[in-house]
Amino acid sequence: MQALLNNGFVRWFDNRLPVLSWANHHLMEYPTPRNLNYAWNFGSLAGLALVLQIVTGIVLAMHYTPHADMAFDSVERIMRDVNYGWLLRYMHANGASFFFIVVYIHIARGLYYGSYKAPREVLWWLGLVILLLMMATAFMGYVLPWGQMSFWGATVITNLFSAIPVIGEPIVQWLWGGFAVGNATLNRFFSLHFLLPFVVVGVVVLHLWALHHKKSNNPLGIDYKGPQDFITFHPYYTIKDAFGAGVFLILFATFLFYAPNYMGHPDNYIPADPLVTPAHIVPEWYFLPFYAILRAIPDKLGGVLAMGASIFILFLLPWLDTSRIRSATFRPVFKWFFWLLLVDLVVLGFCGANPPEGFWVPLSQVATVYYFLHFLILLPLIGWFERPRPLPDSIAKPVLKA
Amino acid sequence: MAGFGTNQQRRGLPAMADHTIGAHEETRRDFLYVATGAVAAVGAAVALWPFIDQMNPAADVLALSSIEVDLSPVPLGQQITVNWRGKPVFVRHRTETDIEEARAVPLEELRDPQTDEERVIKAEWLVMVGICTHLGCVPLADQGDFDGWFCPCHGSHYDSSGRIRKGPAPLNLAIPGYEFIDDSTIRVG
Repeated sequence: MQALLNNGFVRWFDNRLPVLSWANHHLMEYPTPRNLNYAWNFGSLAGLALVLQIVTGIVLAMHYTPHADMAFDSVERIMRDVNYGWLLRYMHANGASFFFIVVYIHIARGLYYGSYKAPREVLWWLGLVILLLMMATAFMGYVLPWGQMSFWGATVITNLFSAIPVIGEPIVQWLWGGFAVGNATLNRFFSLHFLLPFVVVGVVVLHLWALHHKKSNNPLGIDYKGPQDFITFHPYYTIKDAFGAGVFLILFATFLFYAPNYMGHPDNYIPADPLVTPAHIVPEWYFLPFYAILRAIPDKLGGVLAMGASIFILFLLPWLDTSRIRSATFRPVFKWFFWLLLVDLVVLGFCGANPPEGFWVPLSQVATVYYFLHFLILLPLIGWFERPRPLPDSIAKPVLKA
Repeated sequence: MAGFGTNQQRRGLPAMADHTIGAHEETRRDFLYVATGAVAAVGAAVALWPFIDQMNPAADVLALSSIEVDLSPVPLGQQITVNWRGKPVFVRHRTETDIEEARAVPLEELRDPQTDEERVIKAEWLVMVGICTHLGCVPLADQGDFDGWFCPCHGSHYDSSGRIRKGPAPLNLAIPGYEFIDDSTIRVG
């Protein structure tokens, strides 16, 4: 890069539009904590997944028809007739799942190492905004093939708004553009499904801006003391991210070529029928914990509010967690409750995947209560009563000693 | 990162070989850089192909690329237009006068020299793509100065063999690949 900037024309251009020195500053010389572990790979992987979704999505939009009478057949045509259409569609469908896998690990890393704490609260918020946009985008994308799961998923999710007193019904009709999910709904969902990923790109830019302003958190969770705590982003983390991307792509390709429908539902290969609901209707796996919370509350409005609160509570996390120690490495009590929360989320996932009957109902209720208990009661209390282990003096010291 | 020292110094490692031109020695690291870059470049190029190929005609489009046309309902002196690969194909049942006129034209008068015999399988049936070779409009039948076709867009005249005679078009109307399946049926494409 430095050699490039010695070139006369490049210097002249860079002086007028400093793209190269900007890239040099943010992608090459950018000071990064020297102790980042593989948990820090998932930000760049999320970026990779987003690009993959946008590129495959634009290509699929060249062949897809957003009309209630033609959508299903146009998707089948992509699978059978369009050159490599099967590959592109499977990439997009499995890409959505992998995007969520990566983002959930990225969020879990933030939870474990306290990345949401001062001075990175806005960075955390922007990440949650991206999550909400992703959820909306994924939901609307799932509607587009216009199979049975598409149609009834759209019906159930849009009906959530009917829980709102008084204005609920008009809002739902406004969302539908009619008196039920129909062609107008499909059309607007296609439009928004195309738009929102680019909104995500915009928020990602803000997310990275906030990140580079306050710099990365690190596994020790301590502040950097000086230049000895950093190494340059390139080549150390470019190569580490590239290695992670290779592992990611191998796993992605494994699903793509050997189990492309593993994370989907067979019912969505049945064309949408507004007169018959499938016997067992579930959302995609990445919505299951939230779906379980929705069903755990035996009240329509209450369930919707609880589901919304389960995500919005994360916005308050920087203040609910009263501990000033970031990394769970030095928080012997919090560490256990972190893993307990993950177990709780997995339990909620299973509850969401199973029909709401038998012991699944009380189990999902217990798990829902625990989820909120963790954030509203346990986190503030642990912060007050826990005695953290002693923090190291600096990032550089233990690394250099080893 | 000026003032931070080299990464090797900070890691307490011995300094790497001097990377200025001339003093360069090939190292294992250079090999790894090139090998990694090569694998990434080949992988990216292979991955790119499906994204390009998806814009080519799809299997269902290719499956409809040939059609059969029944000639029996076309009376002498008339023409029908059929749709082949989204394009108009003129099937003209020519009269003796049409044929004689087309064959009487000396080749040196033609912009795109071609005998009438080269343009037909059976003299009374002229089959050609009805797209003006100038800029793609559809010429009108039984018009123009040469008892053939006339393109209303920019005034190209074609004769009774569909050859360009006057106006801006450079070439004769194209003859699609076709064959007679029996006396009164052709397969185009």
